[in-house]
Amino acid sequence: MSHMEQPSERPGDGIDPRGPNVPHFARLFAIWLLATAIVEPVLYFLVWPHIPPGTMTDAARGAQFDALVLTMTAAPVVIAVLEYYLYAMIVWHQKKGEPPEDGPPIWGHVGIQAGWIAITSAIVMGAFVFGTYELINTSGAGGGEGPSPIWTPAATKNMLTVQVIGQQWLWTYRYPQFGGFETPDLILPNHTKIAFHVTSLDVIHDFWAYQLGVKADANPNVDNVAFATTNETGRFTVRCDELCGIWHGAMYNYGYIVSPTAFYKWATSTEKKLAPLTKTLPKFAWTYNPSANGAGGGYYPSTDPFYEVYKYEYGSSGREGNLPAVHIKSFGWKPSQAGAHHVRER
Amino acid sequence: MTATTMELGAGTTGYRPTATRLAHPWFSLNVITAFLGAAAGYGIGHWIGNYIASNYAVVQSTGQNNVAVVLALFFGVLGFIVGIGGLNYPILKMFGYQPEERAPVEDWTKYFRFSTDHKVVGKQYLVGVIGMFFIGGLFAMAIRTELTNPTTHFFAPDIYLQIVSEHGTIMMMMATSLVVGPLGNFLIPLMIGSRRMAFPRLEAISFWIFLCGLMVILTALPLGGFDTGWTGYAPLQTEAAPGMDAYLVGFGTIGTGMILNGFNQIVTIVNYRAPGMRWSRLPIFVWSMLATSFLLTLATPVLFVAGWFGVLDRTAQTAFYVNTHGGSSYLWENLFWFFGHPEVYIMAIPGFGLVGEMLPVFTRKPLFAYRVGAAGMFGVALLSFFVWQHHLFVSGINPDMRPVFMLTTELISIPTGFIYLIGMGTLWRAKIRFTVPMMFCLAMYFNFLIGGITGVYNSDVPVDVTIHGSFFVMAHFHYTIMGGLLFAFFGAVYYYTPLLTGKMLNNTLAKIHFWWMFIAFNFTFFPLFIVGFLGMPRRVFEYAPRLQVLNDWASASAYMLGMSFLVFAVNFVWSVWVDPKPAPANPWQSLGLEWQLPAYKMPWYNFERLPIILSDPYHYGEREALPVAHLQGVLALAGAGAGGGLAPVGAVGPDPGPEISPPRGEAEREDPRPE
Ligand code: HEM
Ligand SMILES: [Cu+2]
Ligand SMILES: [Cu+2]
Repeated sequence: MSHMEQPSERPGDGIDPRGPNVPHFARLFAIWLLATAIVEPVLYFLVWPHIPPGTMTDAARGAQFDALVLTMTAAPVVIAVLEYYLYAMIVWHQKKGEPPEDGPPIWGHVGIQAGWIAITSAIVMGAFVFGTYELINTSGAGGGEGPSPIWTPAATKNMLTVQVIGQQWLWTYRYPQFGGFETPDLILPNHTKIAFHVTSLDVIHDFWAYQLGVKADANPNVDNVAFATTNETGRFTVRCDELCGIWHGAMYNYGYIVSPTAFYKWATSTEKKLAPLTKTLPKFAWTYNPSANGAGGGYYPSTDPFYEVYKYEYGSSGREGNLPAVHIKSFGWKPSQAGAHHVRER
Repeated sequence: MTATTMELGAGTTGYRPTATRLAHPWFSLNVITAFLGAAAGYGIGHWIGNYIASNYAVVQSTGQNNVAVVLALFFGVLGFIVGIGGLNYPILKMFGYQPEERAPVEDWTKYFRFSTDHKVVGKQYLVGVIGMFFIGGLFAMAIRTELTNPTTHFFAPDIYLQIVSEHGTIMMMMATSLVVGPLGNFLIPLMIGSRRMAFPRLEAISFWIFLCGLMVILTALPLGGFDTGWTGYAPLQTEAAPGMDAYLVGFGTIGTGMILNGFNQIVTIVNYRAPGMRWSRLPIFVWSMLATSFLLTLATPVLFVAGWFGVLDRTAQTAFYVNTHGGSSYLWENLFWFFGHPEVYIMAIPGFGLVGEMLPVFTRKPLFAYRVGAAGMFGVALLSFFVWQHHLFVSGINPDMRPVFMLTTELISIPTGFIYLIGMGTLWRAKIRFTVPMMFCLAMYFNFLIGGITGVYNSDVPVDVTIHGSFFVMAHFHYTIMGGLLFAFFGAVYYYTPLLTGKMLNNTLAKIHFWWMFIAFNFTFFPLFIVGFLGMPRRVFEYAPRLQVLNDWASASAYMLGMSFLVFAVNFVWSVWVDPKPAPANPWQSLGLEWQLPAYKMPWYNFERLPIILSDPYHYGEREALPVAHLQGVLALAGAGAGGGLAPVGAVGPDPGPEISPPRGEAEREDPRPE
């Protein structure tokens, strides 16, 4: 290394691709600008509509838009870094046959260092301000906001409250505005603000209504609230997203967004149909004490609230069958089966 | 046998150990006695536990005596440490004896003993972490096998969860020590010109404790495993099978080792620098070890306490994590991640340090913006204590604090960006040499870019609502830990093996390993971002059939990835033991102090004479620069003759001229770096 000349004294320096006179920076910038100009419109026009989780609710739409903004912010950064590394590898390597030399002793550059810090700080602060705006603007962005959410939808007059109850290994839903009946089927009306009140009877679960862009942990003794406004009818997936024991992987089912009239018909008829059962349930509350209702989930079969469902629907031998989702059959939707199926198999 | 080290004065005539071996030939402590001790301890602990608790109502109704399991594991670990001789010194001291000072054993059996030579401990750690990585990797292969089909199962669901949990826990524990253990212990004294670590006995014991922790985690399997994943959330934790005790005791054990190791490295770096090793001359890798060690000592106690609460809940029936009795399952989540986030930087910063150390060598340029790099590592370390709730955005904990945690998390990308600044600045107009270590460094930058950018997605609450707890997160942390730390580590293994062993690894096999691992890694984990975004949660054995193609692709690539490590294993075994090729001294023409003397030939006290540090090790391309250190020691400099000391072997630093030029006054030398 000690044998190298000072770069500026090297003969023919002007044509050395490594020399200081080559406009590396201008070249890099031009390539970056071109690549960015191609990639950004592609992201905006072609990729955006396909970004999960779709547009079924305002929360989902918000998440989709946020992911787009992050991607469009990240793309120029990724392009710049990758381009730079590739350029360096191609242009600034020790060529075969050349005597091994050292590079120029550059220890730093105040302007570049300061500029770097300024640019990264600006990007980061932008991401923070935007993320916070989106979080508040969409009343919590579909995420669990704890028992007393501070970012709530503006008008809560026609909001539907759905209580989501997790237990090993099953989701059930109670509708307090319809007498508090409890069902394994999640049916929601379209164009309606929904408040999900998520809680658990045993361990921590996580209610993930994927296409709704809603996710909230189900903690025992905690009422975790998440908001979303429905936009489209259709089917969505509900999965448990927090490890809750051996059948966690099978703890999923499907929900449906239907027209408000269909929902109203379903809810009132189910309320009537399940009225005898609802009377045997613990009184509607925001959280439940597991020992009060026996935790369910097959651990304590004699106090499993759903045991009553089977007796009601099928007589006491009904435990072997699937969960009785019959009450929505009349609306043309397939009954949900998965999840519960496994619990019964056990 | 206890090998104690002596207090060594700053090199005068050089220290010659009295070569008497006082170990009794018919009874000396080593791994065999350690395992005997462990077995005895396990039995005793189990017996005590049964004696205490077998008539507890909870034990009688569940048939599960957690007291016995916890005590058995605890005494097992204690027995192991006693059996290896780790407590000889304190015990003798306690009874008023002055333990004899003996020179360490010099034959191959030293690797199976309690050794206080930091170079031996480093190699023990190296074999330990690679071994654990292979075991954890087998579990990974099993995971990918189960996930080849959305509904047909290879494992029963409980077995599958045990596999996932073992994989995660082993890998996390392994990765925590992956660099700090082997390379930190081996290199720090050599890089700062010290004869030893500050606390050689702590250093040795931290290794054996590390090994015990991993063995305890493996004992979870015969105990019924644990089904909580590596995060161990309560209440699932509280109600889990006895394997959970192994998880808690295992984390407590390994945590103890982490704290001791970190503490030892901090004290060493602060107090054991050779004369002239100012902070501004400290190699960037040592800076990274210092930052990591602060995280180890400050964050791990929180994990220890959290685990202890868990043990109490499961044994003494306390209610730290039981909501209905005044505790809170949120408490575990908070404590775990208060440790857990610094933990993820424990697994990132060492990789930054290694890459920063190797880049100047293979670009033949000074490290760009050295101070910014060191500041970046400390910035990351400091901020990592303020972000833990980004793991809990949808948990309902402190929901109104989410913007704050979003901010702190995103702020971390600024100091993390410094690592890219120093990398890109160093590459500017460089003379890149595409050696295998350099290729690993470049790959680390590529992988960490993807890992880091996807981290910003996780930090953005609205987007995190979709990707939290999904395979997206899984892919993200594999990109940072495996793509970042592990790539840097393997680069460093290729780079430092000549120093550790005096053998050169086969270059062709190394290149095959690199490309194979790099491609297979990206093929495995990149699709998993998409899988997660499309709705697949973590830790599930069943998934939507529409995701099968991507999952099968990932599984096939994962098998390839697993096989790539066999290339490494074959290369290592072949080149180091079967058909060794001696390495040239300083094969990479590094200016680093650690390369100026052949470590593999060094006595256990390293330097015959303490070196005098003259400059930082990055003066590439500077003809006028001083060598990194004066290796003749104090006497030579004082003009008392150059004899006696080791001559620089294969020194390739700037030629100081035929005569040893006395160092110019510190003030005379201009520091060419900007402030
Ligand atoms: C050999 C290559 C590897 C493969 C193919 C692999 C594969 C996987 C997969 C598929 C999962 C997800 C399981 C699930 O959530 O369903 C997983 C989880 C995990 N992996 Fe790896 N992995 C590898 C290496 C590593 C390494 C090197 C580390 C860290 C140093 C690591 C740390 C983890 C952790 C912490 C988890 C989470 C476990 C949990 O959910 O509790 N893995 N791995
Ligand atoms: Cu679950
Ligand atoms: Cu974190």
